Amino acid sequence: MTSSQLLGISTIGYLLASALYIATLIFKTKKSGVAASILTLLTFLVQTVGIGLRWYESYQMGVGHAPLSNMYESLVFFSWSIVIFYLLLELKFNNRLLGAFAIPFAFVSMAYASFGKGISQEISPLIPALQSNWLIAHVVTCFIGYAAFAVACGLGAMYLLKSSAEDKADPGLIGTLPDLRVIDDIIHKTMVFGFLWLSAGIITGAIWANSAWGTYWSWDPKETWSLITWFIYAATLHARFTRGWQGKRIAWLAIIGFLSVIFTYFGVNFLLSGLHSYGSS
Amino acid sequence: MSNDKNSIWSLFASVKLALFVLFFLASASVIGTVIPQNSPAEEYVKLYGANMARLFQILDFQDMYNSWWFVLLLVMLGLNLTICTIERLPNVWRLVVLDNLATDIDRLAGMRPNKQILTSMAPEEAAAKARAGLAENGWQAKEAVRDNGILLFAQKGPWTRLGVYAVHSSILIIFAGAMIGSYFGYKGSVMIPETRSTDSIYAFGDQKEIKLGFEVLCKRFTLTKYPNGAPKEFRSDLAILENGKEVLTKSIVVNDPLSYKGHTFYQSSYQSYQKFLISLTDNQSKNAELFLVEPGKEIKWPLEEVSFGIINRELNQTSMQYRYKIWFKDSSGAAESFWIVDGDTATVKLGDTEYAFGLKEFFATGLQVTKDPGVWYVYIGCAIMLLGLMVAFFLSHRRIWVFIKRENDETSVLVSGNANKNKPTFEKNFAAVSASIEEKLKSLS
Repeated sequence: MTSSQLLGISTIGYLLASALYIATLIFKTKKSGVAASILTLLTFLVQTVGIGLRWYESYQMGVGHAPLSNMYESLVFFSWSIVIFYLLLELKFNNRLLGAFAIPFAFVSMAYASFGKGISQEISPLIPALQSNWLIAHVVTCFIGYAAFAVACGLGAMYLLKSSAEDKADPGLIGTLPDLRVIDDIIHKTMVFGFLWLSAGIITGAIWANSAWGTYWSWDPKETWSLITWFIYAATLHARFTRGWQGKRIAWLAIIGFLSVIFTYFGVNFLLSGLHSYGSS
Repeated sequence: MSNDKNSIWSLFASVKLALFVLFFLASASVIGTVIPQNSPAEEYVKLYGANMARLFQILDFQDMYNSWWFVLLLVMLGLNLTICTIERLPNVWRLVVLDNLATDIDRLAGMRPNKQILTSMAPEEAAAKARAGLAENGWQAKEAVRDNGILLFAQKGPWTRLGVYAVHSSILIIFAGAMIGSYFGYKGSVMIPETRSTDSIYAFGDQKEIKLGFEVLCKRFTLTKYPNGAPKEFRSDLAILENGKEVLTKSIVVNDPLSYKGHTFYQSSYQSYQKFLISLTDNQSKNAELFLVEPGKEIKWPLEEVSFGIINRELNQTSMQYRYKIWFKDSSGAAESFWIVDGDTATVKLGDTEYAFGLKEFFATGLQVTKDPGVWYVYIGCAIMLLGLMVAFFLSHRRIWVFIKRENDETSVLVSGNANKNKPTFEKNFAAVSASIEEKLKSLS
């Protein structure tokens, strides 16, 4: 078994798990929900082994480094973070219907890693700028944050779906979604969690930049976009804490915030140029 | 205070302004990521046309993050944070140090959650039981006599109310650190050819010369590559010289700079000259000389009456290193030609004399040099921000009151609680505490 085979299996695993979660949402069958959770957990284990094996393979090749150094590896790790975050959320809130709005993100990330144009799956050696202990700290903190924001966005979509269905006479299957107040609460908690990790991600990035280049902040497009994302979530949290915003507004902000995350992650690499170009291929 | 001043003050104390400033900062920041920053003026004319370029100049778009209006936005954020803190902190502080044994007894019954337990015990005995029930769950109670009854009070984490202010002040500390850095520090760069030293560097932007007050010597620069040709390591062996004497040496690579007297030297680039440094030592006489050599030229060393030259080169595909063919002869006519790998030293015999022949490609190392006395303030601010966020998000101020009073022939024990955040978790804790109290009250009654 090679790491790329295991990661290929995980892509399919998350596709099937997404289908099962969506089926659970539509047909309200308890068994498919349990199957979805088990499949997700198994796929997660396969993916974890895959990431570990890729790490090991890089040492076999003599260019050993944590598999967090390019677009392919970051997408795999993004997907991994979404799943572990989601599984903990499922455990805490004991609700499998959330999966239909979270696991598809993990699948899309894996599928894009595997089939996206210009994404190299090869294990490549680390260029001097990336040879730092801050690599793991920076990438891990950022992606835990991104994963939380992805799930918050999925839940935001769930909230909007449910609240628009409630306006109608017959809410149908959407009516089986958790109570709006529950979704709203989970969105908020997820965003708070993501905000903390995004802050840590920006800070670790700044410390790393200072040890590599002597400036902790240089208004590079990637840095600036991460700060824009931070402003958006900071504003969202203030609107909620002090002005009592909730419900639809917060759901929309969860989606807008995640769009900013996506732009920070992909848009900056593909559309803008700057210091932070390692992740673009 | 006039009304005008009042309204400006309350504007700066408001969260509404904070939301606006955050929104404008976010939107304005986008501009500088789309429009190239600090490019030459012609570049903007070429990209956007003369009229747009003039507009950009007026609005400072070519150096947006240092423009007066962007800095003004940051100042507004800073003022907003400061005034909002001055406005709110005293009230919050009052809550932190509040004497909760003086709480209005009538409010206790209205608190959520609450639980009333009736017992036949005497109030003093019931109070002891309640105190034990609280202690069992880690709550240490204070006691006071109030309204013909006994009031117990216990709390956890009153200081957590300050978490959000820690976050706000951390941003101000980071701003202060950034200002200290820009007023008392500098950023610059310098190219130092191998074997040379410099006592000054050049500031970014205006290229102004900055005296270091000591010298930096580049002893050696080495570039290693991966088999695929990508750079593996840039390494400069540097030394600090004070009055010509070496006081510190360090081999720096990217991510591992050299610091001396507040100045930090970062490996940032290099320059190649298609020249070579050749060191020749006569192992008997110990005569030694360093030569800077161009390939294909004959070099003479008059002292030893020898001459040499580089005549060919070859790339090793696995180590990605060049080796060079050297031609070497002395005045008696003895001649030798041999291969030497870049960076190596070979021992060569010409007649009866043995020479150590060292060769390496000649580079200049490109260093980024900074002095930033504010960086530790920024780091401290960052640490406070993370701790503050954790406190503000995950910890709460939890309070429990127990009021015990004799009513008719029964003793009423009213347990009331209140948390400023994370209420569901507190309700669980509260349920455990009130269950303990109830159990204790029942056990011996």
